[in-house]
Amino acid sequence: MTRYSAWSLLRAGLSGQKNWAPAWRDASPKAGYDAVVIGGGGHGLATAYYLARVHGLRNVALLERGWIGGGNTGRNTTVIRSNYFFPESTRFYDFALGLYEGLSSELNYNIMFSRRGMWMLAHDRHGVEMLRRSANAMLRNGAAVEMHDGEEVRRRIPGLNPDPRFPVIAGLLQPRGGTARHDAVAWGYARGADALGVDIIQNCEVLGFDIAGGRVRGVKTSRGDIACDRIGMAVAGHSSVMAQLAGFRLPITSYALQAFVSEPMKPVLDTIVLAPATGVYVSQSDKGELVFGGALDLFPSYAQRGSLPALEQAVAGLIDMFPQFSRVRMLRQWAGIVDVVHDSTPILGESPVDGLYLNCGWGTGGFKAIPAGGYCLAHQIATGTPHPLAAAFSLDRFRTGALIDEAAASGIAH
Amino acid sequence: MLLIDCPWCGPRSEHEFRCGGESHIARPGPPENVADGEWADYLFYRTNPKGEHLERWLHRFGCGRWFNIARNTVDHRITAIYGMTDPKPEPRA
Repeated sequence: MTRYSAWSLLRAGLSGQKNWAPAWRDASPKAGYDAVVIGGGGHGLATAYYLARVHGLRNVALLERGWIGGGNTGRNTTVIRSNYFFPESTRFYDFALGLYEGLSSELNYNIMFSRRGMWMLAHDRHGVEMLRRSANAMLRNGAAVEMHDGEEVRRRIPGLNPDPRFPVIAGLLQPRGGTARHDAVAWGYARGADALGVDIIQNCEVLGFDIAGGRVRGVKTSRGDIACDRIGMAVAGHSSVMAQLAGFRLPITSYALQAFVSEPMKPVLDTIVLAPATGVYVSQSDKGELVFGGALDLFPSYAQRGSLPALEQAVAGLIDMFPQFSRVRMLRQWAGIVDVVHDSTPILGESPVDGLYLNCGWGTGGFKAIPAGGYCLAHQIATGTPHPLAAAFSLDRFRTGALIDEAAASGIAH
Repeated sequence: MLLIDCPWCGPRSEHEFRCGGESHIARPGPPENVADGEWADYLFYRTNPKGEHLERWLHRFGCGRWFNIARNTVDHRITAIYGMTDPKPEPRA
């Protein structure tokens, strides 16, 4: 692997940009591996990377049906935050945030992490009480947070509608929140994993599992059978489909979540703003595009398009926050298929099949968890035991009733 | 955008409806004989198919009544609309 540096950039510039090597090999599947990861999104790639780097497993394959980063990793709105309520969640997402902060230098790949802060607004007295409660929980769990009144919010976010349909009377700022270039996260992990010997196999669809005596023995793919007794799956919205191939069900419903990007503009917004009344959040990318999203299309879907009512609601919410954006032209709209569970807490760890491990249930917020999700799944695959940070996220919690109900506690919109 | 043919009000836009999730889930019982795993299955586990899905819908801003539909979760094509207590329609490929 060529290390990227100012020097390598200069040298390539002087030789006409002709000597760049591909960032990862286009591998073909072998007959067997020590560990296989299904899903070439952020979580899968991070898992493969940490399997090699932390646990020293080099004979590892990553299988991706399409191309890496082509699913939700390339479709999300790139927000990174850890404003959750329960200690288990805050610890986990804070760990992810910490890994994100050092990721560019660890991977020698600029993921363009920008710590621009994230605002959550309150529109009424009850909203303020929710924010106070949230701030207290975060402070108690050791995550930095600031609470400001409406006047200060408007001073800090120039351009915010002074007289919106839903008035802004307070705001909660997580200064460590930010955004990162989502493609770069996928590509950086892929390059890092590849350099450590992981085979990244694209255009390779999983068609079934070889299971004997309740244990996984291998995986059947569109490019041949692969023998392996330790398999991790990180396939987000398609988790139920993959589980069905392995003969079990999951407490997951798949929904389409839409996102939108405008034409690029000069810098107008230097932070991330979320308005709970409309469920709309917006930031401006480094390229200058407004990146925003809203609520789920609230019926089960595997269509990566989204439907009009949710689009209309998101655009209306954006214009209520920033009326001047009504004249901005939208460039693109799309949807990703998200894996929603009842308590909005991920599922990480064992499945009903021995040797097959789960990384799913991220719902609308998988991107911010990528480093931690990969780290913990790699730990589970390599050691057979859950990582302490993810021990509470087991599938078994739906049977025991030990749910971590972030859906209610931190006001997640679905 | 879905155009849903309410059995009582006729075809109306998706705006007027709310999806109530998977249909034909029977509550297990009697409660004292139901194991934790069965409760979990009833409360949380869903088929979540990629393809035909049998689901309940409510005409919230219309007649306010519930009914079942069979809808493909990939192309959203609705292939059957039937009553809450009607049996499952024949599955389509």
